[in-house]
Amino acid sequence: MHALAQVLAVDPVPWARAQMAFTLATHIILVPLGVSWAFMTLIANYRGIRHGDADALRLAQRWSKYMAVLFAVGAVTGTVLSFEFGLLWPNFMDRFGPAFGIPFAFEGLFFFTEAIFIAIYIYGWKRLKPWAHFWSGVPIVIAGIGGSLAVVAANAWMNHPAGFRLNQAGRVVDVDPVAVIFNKAMPLQSLHMLIAAYLVGGFVVASVYATAMLRGKRDRYHRLGFLIPFTVAAVAVPIQMVVGDQLARFVYNNEPRKFAAMELVPETSRDVPETLGGWLNDDGEVVGGIPIPGLASILSDPGEGTSTKIRGLESFPADERPTNRQATIVHWAWDVMVGLGTALFLLAAWFAVVWWRRRDLPRTKWFLRAAAVAGVASVVTMEAGWVVTEVGRQPWIVVDYMLVEDAATSSSGVWVTFLGIAAIYTGVAVTTVLVLRAMRRRFDAAEDHSGNSDLSGPYSPRIRPEPVGAGTQEA
Amino acid sequence: MAEFVAATLMVGITAYAVFGGADFGAGFWDLVAGGAERGARPRSVVDHAIGPVWEANHVWLIFVLVVLWTSFSEAFGSIMLTLFVPLALAAFGIVLRGTSFAFRKEVVRLSIRRDLGVVFATSSVIVPYCFGAVAGGIASGRVPPGGTAGDPWASWINPTSILGGVLAVATCAFLAAVYMTYDAHRFAGPDMEEYFRRRALVMAIVVGTIAVVGIFVLRADAEYLYDRLTGPALPLVLASAIGGLGTLTLLTRRLHRGARVLAMGAVAAVIWAWGVAQWPYLLPTRLTVAEAAAPTATLVAVSIAFGLAVLICLPSLALLYVLDQRSLLDADTAADGQARVADADATA
Ligand code: HDD
Ligand code: HEM
Ligand code: HEM
Repeated sequence: MHALAQVLAVDPVPWARAQMAFTLATHIILVPLGVSWAFMTLIANYRGIRHGDADALRLAQRWSKYMAVLFAVGAVTGTVLSFEFGLLWPNFMDRFGPAFGIPFAFEGLFFFTEAIFIAIYIYGWKRLKPWAHFWSGVPIVIAGIGGSLAVVAANAWMNHPAGFRLNQAGRVVDVDPVAVIFNKAMPLQSLHMLIAAYLVGGFVVASVYATAMLRGKRDRYHRLGFLIPFTVAAVAVPIQMVVGDQLARFVYNNEPRKFAAMELVPETSRDVPETLGGWLNDDGEVVGGIPIPGLASILSDPGEGTSTKIRGLESFPADERPTNRQATIVHWAWDVMVGLGTALFLLAAWFAVVWWRRRDLPRTKWFLRAAAVAGVASVVTMEAGWVVTEVGRQPWIVVDYMLVEDAATSSSGVWVTFLGIAAIYTGVAVTTVLVLRAMRRRFDAAEDHSGNSDLSGPYSPRIRPEPVGAGTQEA
Repeated sequence: MAEFVAATLMVGITAYAVFGGADFGAGFWDLVAGGAERGARPRSVVDHAIGPVWEANHVWLIFVLVVLWTSFSEAFGSIMLTLFVPLALAAFGIVLRGTSFAFRKEVVRLSIRRDLGVVFATSSVIVPYCFGAVAGGIASGRVPPGGTAGDPWASWINPTSILGGVLAVATCAFLAAVYMTYDAHRFAGPDMEEYFRRRALVMAIVVGTIAVVGIFVLRADAEYLYDRLTGPALPLVLASAIGGLGTLTLLTRRLHRGARVLAMGAVAAVIWAWGVAQWPYLLPTRLTVAEAAAPTATLVAVSIAFGLAVLICLPSLALLYVLDQRSLLDADTAADGQARVADADATA
């Protein structure tokens, strides 16, 4: 046992970071669907009941079934995260749990509500009355919003610790829960993530139907399946740009270390160019990239223009700022988020203009192709945003209070759990995709042959809405 | 204040054991149901029994973790630091279990269903074992407080932990069998009712036996706990024993609804006996509840969240259980899934 233990003894810190990052990055892919898909489903459901639209109803029903599967995956990956806070960062939780933990108490509340109503909504299709069933979906949407605001509040607190004091023994005292939750970074960060959830959820769902339409399935059902989520995303994008802009200015004013890394600014200066790409070499000099003169300064404070001063990385002690490599990662992630965000905005604008003029989708196939790619692109955008936030915070786990390395567990077996979790998640990811595809095929097959499947019965026959054209009918 | 939050923690643990535990136990019966053909009917009862409510049951675990890390963060940190291995295993098990169950409901092809079923069932046994072992490690005083790790292996491979693990698995199986006897009575027919009733009877005896053996194990291995269980916590221990015997009696008389209630009570009483036996310690005999407690404002915030949960979630949960019991919710896919197996295998 002892010899074995020695072989297994590996510095846990890098592995703990890798495991945390990997599991969070996986969980966050499921989050937008958990937050916004219920909303889109309810739009379809509403249309279905209100206008007797059978296609819309069929969409709502299918979506709710997919949602059930993804919600389950989201729930278990989220549970792993709660274990990991303790397993990987016991000293962080030991010390800061009484403050950092508070938002999660409220998130738990929202999540509980969400889990309950999701069960009612998903399993209630056959036997509940249409409007009662519809309303059972509304709490899911509300809880999703509350839950994501609360979790991100915790993350924002790590960037802007507030609402507590440390006593001489280094323990948290004088906690002010309201100040913890509504810390300075919380409003913008939570809002930015919430909108991201609608944006990403919309693009991801729409991309599936865009792909189907490219394959020739251009019936009304697929069109609707595309239009509902795409519209949600298209509305969210411009709002997200505005909020993102505010957030960037907030970071400029309040997290200068992170901002210096984002903009790749080694030395404090004015008239700072916006560098696209490029990196910091070992000596901390900017290498490569395309500089746009003065733009970083202008964007940081449009009022001051090019004379805006940006603090450089080197004005911070070397062990309290991101390393050159980390700064490069942050910078690239930042470019990716803004770049892809802008591209998504252009796509949404294209759609908006054409729809406004002709009440129809752009006719070219390139639009659908772009929309099909937008699903993955929006996920990448969101992941990049998180890398900015998280890597930009390094080396702190709680800014100015605790370093990541002081937070980590001393268990030397973290590399084993990392490999284990990586293997399990890969298996889960593959199976999830296979199961969703199998479900789709089954739904399709069942509908082709007869109405006889679990999708046969939105509401019982007597109150099932008539196909379109048969007039509206309310239960 | 700390006492109140500690009590809510116990409520969370109890709810997780009584509701979530039955889900794990259902997985146990899935595991031992035999080959695909023979096990098909019991398995469909399992799917039905876990059905719509499992995710809600799962939330109790989150609740326990969140209360622990906000309100007793030092204990949380220490437990996670020392018991890294079983807790990591439990986390893995939870992923595998939750996903394989959700997938299995949606998959029609028999061979894949079977593979997923094996994953689901195996992890349903591993997870409660790990939690039981963790409880044993804590209760027998093997988790040191204050940021120093205890023995990474002996803390959960020791007599009390093994007792805890085995007892947890058996208790889950017992609860599930009792619940499913009642469920089967409602929707699966008398043969299944009898099937689970027999198993519930056997498990009641198994759990009782383990508990009796456990007394000797604790006397040798966890003196503090033993003294307290036979002291201040004795009434609860006796209540649990009486509950168990009562369940047995009602089961032989086929009074399934009553058996269900008594079984829940018996399990709840054991858990509260454990709580009382540990009092005033969170980590016997080194860290008391009062010492571990977070500043009052945090405790108040957690209590408010708890109060809101009582106001919002309990009625919702009640609604869910009522709809479920009145069969207004359909755990459809599993049942029709079976019927469609042949069909889909032919088309695929
Ligand atoms: C797909 C969604 C998406 C889009 C289109 C954008 N972002 Fe973003 N961004 C996120 C998704 C996101 C995110 C993943 O949701 C983050 C990570 C943490 C957070 O709260 O939001 C984020 C973080 C984040 C941060 C770091 C905040 C911090 O660390 O405190 C800044 C400064 C911006 N964003 C700014 C922008 C700007 C100026 C955008 C305009 C193009 C933009 N974002 C588009
Ligand atoms: C509420 C949300 C989140 C919380 C509370 C949170 C918390 C943490 C914690 C405690 C760490 C370890 C300490 C550290 O390295 O600073 C960490 C690291 C990290 N997280 Fe997050 N995180 C959140 C969201 C995310 C998301 C969604 C991503 C997706 C990409 C992410 C990416 C990372 C990365 C990449 C690291 C490693 C940073 C490094 O070591 O360089 N985080 N996070
Ligand atoms: C409504 C959408 C979401 C769903 C369904 C979901 C699902 C879950 C679940 C089930 C958990 C476990 C326990 C809990 O709820 O406390 C969890 C935890 C977590 N989630 Fe999510 N999540 C959502 C939103 C988010 C967001 C927006 C983030 C952050 C970017 C995030 C990051 C985390 C983190 C860090 C944890 C661990 C902390 C904890 O246990 O509360 N989640 N999530």
